[in-house]
Amino acid sequence: MSLTQLPLAEQAVLTLAALVLFTSFLLLAQNRIVSLIHTFAWQGGLLFVATCLMALTSGRHHLFISAFMTLALKVVFIPWQLRRLVVKLDIRREVETVGGPSLIMIGGGALVLFSYYVVLPIRELSFLATRNTIAVSLAVVLVGMLMIITRRKAVAQVIGFMSMENGLFFAAVSATYGMPMVVELGIAFDVLVAAILFGIFFFQLRSGIGSLDVDHLNRLHEVDR
Amino acid sequence: MKGWVLAIIQTGLLVFGAPFLTGWVKWIKCKLQSRQGPPPWQPYRDLVRLFGKEVVVAESASPIFRIAPYVVFSITALACSVVPMVAIGLPTAAIADVIVLVGFFALGRFFLALAGMDVGTAFGGMGSSREMTIASLAEPAMLMGVFTLAMTVHSTNLATMIGYLIAQPFQLYPSFVFAAMGLVLVAVAETGRIPVDNPATHLELTMVHEAMILEYSGRHLALMEWGAMLKLMIYSVLLVNLFCPWGVANDFTPLPLLLGLAVITGKLLLLGTALAVAETGLAKMRLFRVPQYLGLAFILCLLGMLSHVILEVN
Repeated sequence: MSLTQLPLAEQAVLTLAALVLFTSFLLLAQNRIVSLIHTFAWQGGLLFVATCLMALTSGRHHLFISAFMTLALKVVFIPWQLRRLVVKLDIRREVETVGGPSLIMIGGGALVLFSYYVVLPIRELSFLATRNTIAVSLAVVLVGMLMIITRRKAVAQVIGFMSMENGLFFAAVSATYGMPMVVELGIAFDVLVAAILFGIFFFQLRSGIGSLDVDHLNRLHEVDR
Repeated sequence: MKGWVLAIIQTGLLVFGAPFLTGWVKWIKCKLQSRQGPPPWQPYRDLVRLFGKEVVVAESASPIFRIAPYVVFSITALACSVVPMVAIGLPTAAIADVIVLVGFFALGRFFLALAGMDVGTAFGGMGSSREMTIASLAEPAMLMGVFTLAMTVHSTNLATMIGYLIAQPFQLYPSFVFAAMGLVLVAVAETGRIPVDNPATHLELTMVHEAMILEYSGRHLALMEWGAMLKLMIYSVLLVNLFCPWGVANDFTPLPLLLGLAVITGKLLLLGTALAVAETGLAKMRLFRVPQYLGLAFILCLLGMLSHVILEVN
């Protein structure tokens, strides 16, 4: 089924999917921590709108619960919490150098292509109109992973992790209209707990190695010399 | 026959409307900065005044320096003739497609850069090298954006593209969102507007376009300035007509043509206002950040193409 035969709401879902991928790339390119957190919140917002639209068009109202959980957790709570941490740790103005930005971007583009080819056979299993977005959500997951690999600062890595989770959530919503509610609630609480744990972890890292740059962890020894 | 007359009229509209667009942007910008501001028709007065002035040419200038303004202006005017503004299906639109348009811009830029280096002053060479740096990064992004559009409409001809989009009922193409954003970034870089180049200053650290035409005076300068205005006009018309093509006349009867003229005027004034607002809000970025900016434009266009392949084709 080509795009032109879909109703407008599903076209909008596809456009939102593309925009979610775009915010993923923005996360990859952003080097200021506060704008990184804001971009992450935007990604959550786009997910929220896409899930609401899907709930409306498919008539599956339990998706609204997931949507509002996304809104509460990923748009409001986690960015707020991260921002508070960043202010507390006084790294608001810190700029992180991203090594070889254009190379990383090209890598991101390659990951999108890769996920498209990986997903081609899997896509045939789904009968939904929005099944094309599986490739996009896999790409979001992989780009999040690329972000974890290329970043040095712990905060940026945490955001990469959270955006990976966004990709997984989007895959679940777009491929099968959501996971069972129990699983979804479980994941939501996992993410919540992870966010809080990461907060504590940041302080531990800071007091342990004096910085949030995880490269310093390479020099740790069991015994002080 | 009627088509050719209309094509000539449309080209004339583009060529003689361009200074007004530039003046409009400047006027809105002044209003936003609570300054008095010259009226929007000030560029016409400037051009008339420059055409009346004596030409002073440096002793070290070669003939290229003299012919460059004419070449730049005429190539840009020729590029105007292939851009569908009020109506589609004109005979000129069938001659050249969008790749030719990019080629025209490249040729104009080539002569501009040559002229900048010709006299041998430091500023000219600096401006030329900067212009070529920006152009070499902007051109692939622009072509990629245009190809994204071409993949959807199955043609690189501008009139065919617009005609296809008008004929379809309203569709939301994910790839168009990206191509539009990418092409806006490219257009800002290519026309030398604020985040990349500031058209209103002669500060040696920042100028790109101004540095190349620093040695010109009189009617040569007028032609160069007019050429730059034409470029802004062409990019604006392209952006508004490709991404919201509604209102462009489909046949040559008076009523759709008048409607098309009114709609395109409104769209251009809106775009000019948006440009002025963006220029007021943004600061000019360092020259060394321009490659990153254009890299973003390229990635946007690439994502547009990928999302076309992933999401739209099946």
